Amino acid sequence: MEVLFFGQLTDLTGVTTLSCDHVADTDQLMTQLKEKYPALANATFMVAVNNRMITGNTVIEPGSKIAIMPPFSGG
Amino acid sequence: MIMGKEKSYERYQRQLILKGFGEKAQDALLASRVLIIGAGGLGCPLVQYLVAAGVGHIGIADHDKVSLSNLHRQILFGTDDIGQFKVDVVKRKMQQLNPEVEIHVWQEKWSHQHCVDHFPSYDLIVDATDNFASRYMINDAAVLMNKTVVFGAVSQYEGQVAVFHHLQKDGKRSVHYRDLFPEPPANGEVLNCSEAGVLGVLPGIVGSVQATEVIKLITGLGEPLSNRLWNYDALTQEVFILQLLHHPHAHEKMPGTIEQFLTTDYEWLCQVPQAAIKEIDLLEWQENHSEDWLVDIREPYEQPRLGIWAEARGIQLLELPLSALENKLSSLAGKNVVFVCQAGRRSLQAASLKMKMDQSTSVCSLKGGVNELVAKNMI
Repeated sequence: MEVLFFGQLTDLTGVTTLSCDHVADTDQLMTQLKEKYPALANATFMVAVNNRMITGNTVIEPGSKIAIMPPFSGG
Repeated sequence: MIMGKEKSYERYQRQLILKGFGEKAQDALLASRVLIIGAGGLGCPLVQYLVAAGVGHIGIADHDKVSLSNLHRQILFGTDDIGQFKVDVVKRKMQQLNPEVEIHVWQEKWSHQHCVDHFPSYDLIVDATDNFASRYMINDAAVLMNKTVVFGAVSQYEGQVAVFHHLQKDGKRSVHYRDLFPEPPANGEVLNCSEAGVLGVLPGIVGSVQATEVIKLITGLGEPLSNRLWNYDALTQEVFILQLLHHPHAHEKMPGTIEQFLTTDYEWLCQVPQAAIKEIDLLEWQENHSEDWLVDIREPYEQPRLGIWAEARGIQLLELPLSALENKLSSLAGKNVVFVCQAGRRSLQAASLKMKMDQSTSVCSLKGGVNELVAKNMI
């Protein structure tokens, strides 16, 4: 399973991609990510599983790609 | 063709001969009215391509003047244009590019009232702004007034484009910005171009993608980025397109009526809470912050000046008037600073600006300002 970080979230994580062991759902993944990167807890972002945005806890199939996308303000 | 002139035919000939384009698409463009809010990195390529393509009427709003730090990305402007209102330069250059297009400009800051007064007369609204307060204001107004928004934004090396609140074939509207992010991020969490930097060519790419979406929406060509977020990374040249969904909480935090919209303070919603700014008194400044840069943000005419006094005491002093601070914030990057003004109020504003730029350094505001220094006979 692969987690992709976008925009200025990479300043918080220090990486753009993270390979991690499979977890059952997105809630579990977020708990793990916030433990690993505590600054994520105060960040604004949306989550997509295999390029589909989610609005609540979602089952993660093995080998999925999870995108963590913050808002951009620049213009 | 509406224009019906041989000259017009020649102007648009290369797109007229495209399969699926033709006179019908050109007539649709010539009859359309597009409003672009922001004449910066995104607004420049947008207005250039839309004027060139023959959009009949374009409205464009921006209250900024051209500055030197704009020119690495806002390549519609030249060095000679520095100090002029951006929209005045846009109008002059776009009339030269295509005199058949009508251009209306707004030189003032785009407000709630502008949305309410002008959105109804436009077919499409283009968000080419550079801050969350404007983005949420434009989004909410467009949702309340049933307008489609072509959204674009950049961050350092990355860009996003989407078509929001677009009427679908099934009669429903596509997602809007609050479906992605129901509430604005805390101020300082996401930095804009002046704070975080941007690759000059990036807004050119992103603004051009927005212009492409505008042309597609007007002509009905192709599939617009409705319910999809186009995400581009210049460093990898990778494009991610995310499928978007309506968020169950999207409407909880937005005004439900035009009346509520008009009284919503978007600047405030997107601001650093004042409580987060550290105010220090003279004693604390002497004990803990005397090594920091003291930044005097008063205008040059405000007295007494601090130069000689600071030099005699080995205090590192910078004079940066608040009016110019926003454009010069980068000169304070990485520095621990104490802001000072006459009475200690404007220095709070300055501290808030600096905190938006970087939170890794110490930022304080001197309580009571220069008046306090004078009162305590320190100067």
